[in-house]
Parts: sequence; C-alpha cells; structure tokens
Amino acid sequence: MIDVDIRGRVGRFDLAARFEGHGVTALFGQSGAGKSTLTNMIAGLVTPSSGRISVDGTILFDADKGIDLPVQARRIGHVFQDARLFPHLSVRANLTYARWAGRRSGTRDFGEVVDLLGLTALLSRKPETLSGGERQRVAIGRALLSGPRLLIMDEPLANLDHARRNDILPYLDRLCVEAAIPILYVSHSIEEVTRLSNTLVLLSQGKTLAFGTVADMLAREDLVRVTGRREASALVSGTVTRIDSDWDLTHVDIGGAVLQIPGMAAEPGAPVRLRILARDVALATVPPQGLSIRNALAATIESIAGETGPYAEILCNLGGQRIRARVTRASVSDLGLQPGRSVTALIKSVAIDRGQDTPAPPV
Amino acid sequence: MDFFHLQPAEWQALLLTLKVAAAALLVALPLAVLVAYLLARYRFPGHGIVNALVHMPLVLPPVVTGYLLLLAFGRKGPAGAFLFDTFGISFAFNWAGAALAAGVMAFPLMVRPIRISFEAVDPKLEAAARSLGAHRMVAFLTVTLPLAVPGILGGAILGFAKAMGEFGATITFVSNIPGETRTLALALYTATQTPSGDLAAFRLTLIAAAVAFVALIASEIFARRLRGRLGGGHD
Repeated sequence: MIDVDIRGRVGRFDLAARFEGHGVTALFGQSGAGKSTLTNMIAGLVTPSSGRISVDGTILFDADKGIDLPVQARRIGHVFQDARLFPHLSVRANLTYARWAGRRSGTRDFGEVVDLLGLTALLSRKPETLSGGERQRVAIGRALLSGPRLLIMDEPLANLDHARRNDILPYLDRLCVEAAIPILYVSHSIEEVTRLSNTLVLLSQGKTLAFGTVADMLAREDLVRVTGRREASALVSGTVTRIDSDWDLTHVDIGGAVLQIPGMAAEPGAPVRLRILARDVALATVPPQGLSIRNALAATIESIAGETGPYAEILCNLGGQRIRARVTRASVSDLGLQPGRSVTALIKSVAIDRGQDTPAPPV
Repeated sequence: MDFFHLQPAEWQALLLTLKVAAAALLVALPLAVLVAYLLARYRFPGHGIVNALVHMPLVLPPVVTGYLLLLAFGRKGPAGAFLFDTFGISFAFNWAGAALAAGVMAFPLMVRPIRISFEAVDPKLEAAARSLGAHRMVAFLTVTLPLAVPGILGGAILGFAKAMGEFGATITFVSNIPGETRTLALALYTATQTPSGDLAAFRLTLIAAAVAFVALIASEIFARRLRGRLGGGHD
C-alpha cells in the first residue's frame, strides 16, 4: 500500500497531494497537472517541503521526523516515459544494472521477468536497435529486477503509437495482475487507467481532487470535467455465464441483469470488467419494442448533472452497479427524467476492459 | 653517419618529449575530466571565473603563462617554496617543470571537448541509474563516464599533441637544458639558432612529424574500436 500526504513547490508550481492506494494505483490528470512532479517527489528526485510518504509501512519521507531517504535507498522501480535505457550497455546489462551497479539482490528471478515481458530474443541487442515498445518492456524489466518495493510507471505508453501500445498492453495486464508490489501508474489516458488499475487518484492543477476505486471515481462528476465529456464512462464488473456460439455472443451477469457481448474470448465463470461509455447509453421510460439493441436493462436514475450545454449526464443504478448515460437536456425535460425514476437503459456497445479482474481491495 | 640512425642527443630529446607529454597527460587528464564535469553539470558561484581561469592559457601569450609559472613555482615563488619545503618537490629547471608547463598549456584543450561530451549525456540517465540503487559516484562511473569516452579520448589526443609541441611556456619557465628540459621543440629551436644546424633541424622535424603521424594513426584505430564497442551511436 502506498500512502502519500505531501506539499511542495518546484519553481512556481505548487503541489499538494494526499492519497492512499492498494494494488495498482492510477495517477490520472491532464498534462501539466503535476503528475511528474508528484512522482519525482515520491521517487526522491525532488524534495517536498512538508508531509510524509510511506510504502507498505516503510517511511521514505517524513518532514516532521527529518526522514528523507536518498533516491538509491528508496527501492522504487521507476519506469520513465522515455525509457532511459543506458545506450552503451546491452539489453542484458541494462536489465542486470541494479545487481552489478546498485548492489541490489532482487527478489525476482531474472528468467521469470524475461519471460513475463518477452525479452528473451532481445538480450544481446543494444537499446538503439529496439523499437519504442521493446524499449519500454526492457525499462519495465530493469525496474522490476531492482527488487523494488514500489513500481512507478510514468506514462510508459505516451511516446508510443497506437499499434505499439496495443503490443505492450497485454504485458502490462499480466504485470499488474502478477506483480506482488504496489504499482503507481501515471497516465492521462482514461482508457489505460480503467483497464489497469484498482485505485484512481485524480490530480488537477497540482492538487489531488479525490481518490477511490476506479468504479467509484468514474461515477464522479469532477472526473468527467477532467477527462472531457466524450470519455465519460462507467465500469461494471460481472461474471461470464454462457458462451452463445450460435450467435457468437458472450453472456455476462452483472448482478441480476445479463449483458450480451459480441465475440469475447472468455471462459464461463471468468470474472470480467467492462467499460461502458456514457455516449453509448440511451434511456427509455417504457421498455421499447422492435429494437436492434440487445442490451436493454431496467435501471433507476440516481442523479442528473449538467445544467448548461446541450447534454446532461445521468447516473443510473443497475442492480447495485452504476452506469452513465449521456442524453440531451431537452430529452431529460421531455421525458420527465428525475432521480428515483425507473427507466430502461439501452446499451449500444460495451468495451471489455480486462479479462481477469483482480479482487478490488477495500479503499 | 647513417641518416636513419638517431644520434644520442636526438634520442634524448625524443624520449624526454614523450616522458614530459605522458606525465602532463597523466596528471592533467583526470583533473580535466573533473573540471569538465563540474562545469557541465553544476551552476555554482564562481562558475564563470573557473571557466575563464581554465581557458586563460589558451588566450595568454605562452611566454606570459611561462613567466607566471616561474613566479609561482620557481624556488622563490610561493607555491614552489611551499612544495619544496613540505614535500621536497621542485619544478625549477627540471623535466617535472616542463611537464607542468605542458600540462597547464594543454589543460583548456582537454577540458573543452570533454565538457561538450558530458553535456551531451542526458542527466536523466544518472537519475535512472540512481533509481536502480547506484550511488552518485557509481552512476557517474558506469553511465556518464563511459558515454563521454569519445570526448575524453579527443581531449586526451589534443592535450598530448599540445604537450608534445609546447614551446613558449616551457622555455620561459624551465629554460632549455639538454637532457632535462630540452624537448624536441626546444632542440629544434636550438638547431635553428646554431650556424650550419640546418641538417639537424631537418632531422628533428622528420622525427616530430613521424611521432605525430604514428600517434594520429594509433588514436584513429583506438577510436574506431571504441565506437564499435559503444554501439556506433556516438560520433
């Protein structure tokens, strides 16, 4: 578990951060929100002016007690946006750098990490001959092999094109599930964040606005303000109940209601996490008939937000889970939508967020 | 007299030149690396003054530098007297003085390329090394220094060449004593000042040219091997 409560200043930029996270914690915010400043403070590259930082009970920084561990003593594996591989060393020497230069005896087995990240064929190559995605995989492996107590990943996919990103995401999925240490995942992509993390910390203009489970945070109005309306979404977790091979549909039970999802690779009984964009959800006051949309589920309106502009954000409760719908304010008025009203949620499409869900720890 | 057979005086001047240049390089190079690193990585009070002092010998007339050395490191100079009384070290009119003069004159020529190559190494790599457990010094030795080797090599070659050919500061500081401070350049000067010394001067010129040629070829081979080992990305 990572516990941060710090204040500091770099140049004219003020930072005030307070959050705690379990498992994979996503640090989410737009460019210039202070994400890198915050990670640099946690890593020990920048000193906060007050507060404390601890990881799994070990204090890394405490201004009151005068504790400030130097970078090399913090045991934080830092995966930088620009990989920062040592250009004069082979991939193998980069991976083992922490052992021969940092005197770290990692708890992780070299072969195991190499397998996890698919690095076997790259070992004798020089960093300059690697693709961007390969570089990031080596950087992640190098950080893991330093025996860290916390892994910081600072926008590891930001410099990669879409195809490379998709190459590396499955490795990150595995890493986030298998890593036995807390991970701080920094990103300005809500898609990566919801896919990989358990806890989400929202950072804006140098301040942490809120933190909580990803599902809870996605339901918040202030996150929408940061991500922009187009990305407004909700996370729903469920269990695969049936594979309908006749129509190539997967049935997912989300607590009473069943969603039918086209062509998804999963076994019955497997837990899944689904991301539903607000713009893919429409609402009806009476169960519609003769409709091509297969997922029409009974729901109750919890709240309606958005007093200005053409659209309103409607938060619906669907058997204990929340989804968002984005409809015009005109429709809200015409249909008489209000909190407490029963509606039918029409879900046009569902994105599979990740195959295996790690049990969400309490926050 | 066999034309291709070196005379004792020529041997003496050649060996002395190599000894003086090697000693100058050996002492000045580590210092140049340190100063270049400090100038490249840190902004400290007096940064500009240190930088100016380092480059002084480059812009001063060599005779002035030699005279200043004589004032400071001569037997009666403050530094010279202190070193002699404390450690028994003397730079007055001996080969060590010649090496000191050569080292001082070569210093700015070494610092410049080394500093430029340090500046080209991304300091973020050192931060990465430290996040992997390496102390500052280890990070410097394993990451920054190897990446700056091409520049250090360039500085060393330039410095060695300057030390081999140093004339003005040497003759002012430690005079022109055969076997002690008479390097190839000084021997050549002596020959040109001697009536009927043309042949001797010509022979010394050939020797100096041959040494310079061999040194250039050797450094080129060395640099090529090094580039191969570093991965070719550091021209």
